[in-house]
Amino acid sequence: MAEPQEKKDNRIKSVKRMKEIMTNYYIEAKTAAQNNKKVAWITSGGPVEPLLVMDVIPVYPENHGAMVGASKMGVGLCEKAEEMGYCRDLCSYARSDIAAAPINGGPIGGLPKPDFLVCCNNICGTVLKWYEVQARYFNVPLFIFDTPFCHSEMTQEAKDYVGAQILEYIAFLEEQCGKKFDYDKAIEVGKLSIAGQRLWQAVLDTAMHKPAPMSAFDAFFHLALIVTLRGTQIVVDYYTELLNEMKERIANGISAIPNEQYRLLWDNLPVWYKTKWLSDTFAAHNACLVADTYTTAWCRQLDYLDENDFLKSMVEGYTAIYLNISVDQMAKAVIGMIDKYDVDGLVMHSNRSCKPYSLGQYDIQRIVQKERGIPSLIIEADMVDERNFSEAQVLTRIEAFMEIIKSKK
Amino acid sequence: MDILKKFEISDPYEYVAHLKKATGKRVLAYMCSYTPEEIIYAAGIHPFRIFGQVEAISKADAHLQAYSCSLVRGALEDALQGRLSFVDGAVFPHTCDSIQRLSDIWRLNAGMKHHFDVVWAVKLHTDSARKYMYDVLVRFAKELKQSFGITLSDDTLQKAIATYNEIRSLLKTIWQLKSDNKSALTGSQMNAVIKAAMILDRDQVVSNLKELIPSIQLPPQTEKRKRIMLIGGICNHPDIYDYIETSGGVVVWDDLCTGSRYFEGAIATDKEPLRAIADRYYERNICPAKYRDYYTRAETIKTMIKTHNVQGAIFLYLKFCDPHSFDYPYLKEALDEVGVPSILLELEQQLPSEGQMKTRLEAFIDMI
Ligand code: SF4
Ligand code: SF4
Repeated sequence: MAEPQEKKDNRIKSVKRMKEIMTNYYIEAKTAAQNNKKVAWITSGGPVEPLLVMDVIPVYPENHGAMVGASKMGVGLCEKAEEMGYCRDLCSYARSDIAAAPINGGPIGGLPKPDFLVCCNNICGTVLKWYEVQARYFNVPLFIFDTPFCHSEMTQEAKDYVGAQILEYIAFLEEQCGKKFDYDKAIEVGKLSIAGQRLWQAVLDTAMHKPAPMSAFDAFFHLALIVTLRGTQIVVDYYTELLNEMKERIANGISAIPNEQYRLLWDNLPVWYKTKWLSDTFAAHNACLVADTYTTAWCRQLDYLDENDFLKSMVEGYTAIYLNISVDQMAKAVIGMIDKYDVDGLVMHSNRSCKPYSLGQYDIQRIVQKERGIPSLIIEADMVDERNFSEAQVLTRIEAFMEIIKSKK
Repeated sequence: MDILKKFEISDPYEYVAHLKKATGKRVLAYMCSYTPEEIIYAAGIHPFRIFGQVEAISKADAHLQAYSCSLVRGALEDALQGRLSFVDGAVFPHTCDSIQRLSDIWRLNAGMKHHFDVVWAVKLHTDSARKYMYDVLVRFAKELKQSFGITLSDDTLQKAIATYNEIRSLLKTIWQLKSDNKSALTGSQMNAVIKAAMILDRDQVVSNLKELIPSIQLPPQTEKRKRIMLIGGICNHPDIYDYIETSGGVVVWDDLCTGSRYFEGAIATDKEPLRAIADRYYERNICPAKYRDYYTRAETIKTMIKTHNVQGAIFLYLKFCDPHSFDYPYLKEALDEVGVPSILLELEQQLPSEGQMKTRLEAFIDMI
């Protein structure tokens, strides 16, 4: 039995370094033009490695969306988007980004202007529309990396199609940057990308330990690097540090929450403006959300990526990812995580913003119930737009859910 | 116009179930105009479009959140209530995120024998996409053959192409007559005709349309009502046409998938048939879930406005439809630029009250 830790400082120390890295990254991105560097906006699941090969700074509107949500600026920007004619039911990342662009809104005074855009639809159809809007607004070229949905498997013709697009993508980048693509550098970037993903997976895996040294809420925070700087040495160094810290925490008996008795799995994007509240609310019941389906999405590609032929392995690596597969395959992945992290319950965020992630959750819930018999809870919310969150209602549901969890154990 | 009766289908499911019994044909349901119906038809299978009929959703709520569109929820409800039990399977072309997930949920829960996904390209402006579209179609044809133990010859495919070209060109003639003030059809009758063309036996559709056209042709009429265009996805509310007409407007053209997006674009007859069919889906006017470049849709709509002297546009969207909603601000701006006023009607499963609808439409049409 671990001793109570109330007196100990159990915060993760790497947080400080992480903040520095992100600040530097945004400063570099915002001063790109002065340094003769190009900026490309790219979707979170998009093939970023070729951009790094070309020395282009990738910027992620979705990461920006997360910052908007976490700094509780979502409602204001979403309302602004509605004034611009965008319906309230659209994805709140898209709405807040579209609204932020003309007014340099949001926590960092707007994103740096893109020289071109790269949109990969492996996460949703929303990004396609969103990037069209921004391509018109900034009047810049848009490259679509079209990754056919995998209802059962990735077909040979889909592989051929995506394979052809990798070459088209490289040709597009050569044209935008006015220089040749360096295939040797691509090997290096590919290796770093894979190394970064492996380390991130290793960090997340530390939560298999009981009690978990980190929670899904910590993962939400530390995720930013694998999204934005995947393929760089910075990510490898940082996650090495973070992994060491996690191992140390385990060795020293430091856990994410003081008295972990119940372990839960989170599904869907975070509720960015309520992460602390949710974390505290569960912790009050000695429940820790030890893992989630969201932050692992950036290392699921590891099954496909090949260090020795990175560009080619991107075909499946970028197509067969979590949101681009069918509901039953997602359920399988969820069950895999339930077993891996040995959780007692499943918490699903039914996220109004994100249809590809949320539609099908009820079926996943049923499949999980049938296969593993663990209780699950559905929280109705939205990742950025706070107007779709009722604290009282969610609290009542969490309490009822925790009663069931406790009675089962 | 007794011939119009042939397009009136009080219960499409009953019609299709009956057709199946009478002809022994197998039937496949679909719900998007990107379904390559021509191949299904060529395979001797009857394709028909479902629009989601049930008004009160109960069973589908156990699978779909309230923030999915009424088309998706309504179709699933019909399936789960067993109203589609006579159907041999369903076909899901790739369009929006909601349909994509519906396909999975349907496959897991609707209990149908056959299920087909036609995962088209999303960007329709590159050679690799064109090739991929063809490959997808080849796969679909193969899956149809295997699932139903049938063959598909080039001859039957060519015949199917001819039939579909004819249906589409006849439908276009009907729309053009309306635009030329030479048609006796009301908007809701036209809506019934095009929906019937997606449900009735297709050979029957050809002969019905051929019979219909001469009977609706009028000498050019003087038309004082304002010329309106509809823009959106499906229109499953024929009443809207009546409200527009009684408010002093008349629908002369549309960019709907129960309209021009369905019938525009003939299939070439001088190519390998599967290639010709794939090319039509690659080339046809895009819906907002597809990409050509980011100005295409506005340009297409502006051309329609010019060609058909459109004076006002009504955006007819289903609530929770992402692809269409994203296009709204930009299309509205494009219309503003060419001086065409517009309004947005966001529809749920049930229309708002007649009074409410009319007040809005009258105010809008008066202003034109
Ligand atoms: S939250 Fe969902 S809908 Fe929005 S951009 Fe991300 S994957 Fe797409
Ligand atoms: S109406 Fe919109 S959301 Fe609904 S199925 Fe059609 S494209 Fe998808």
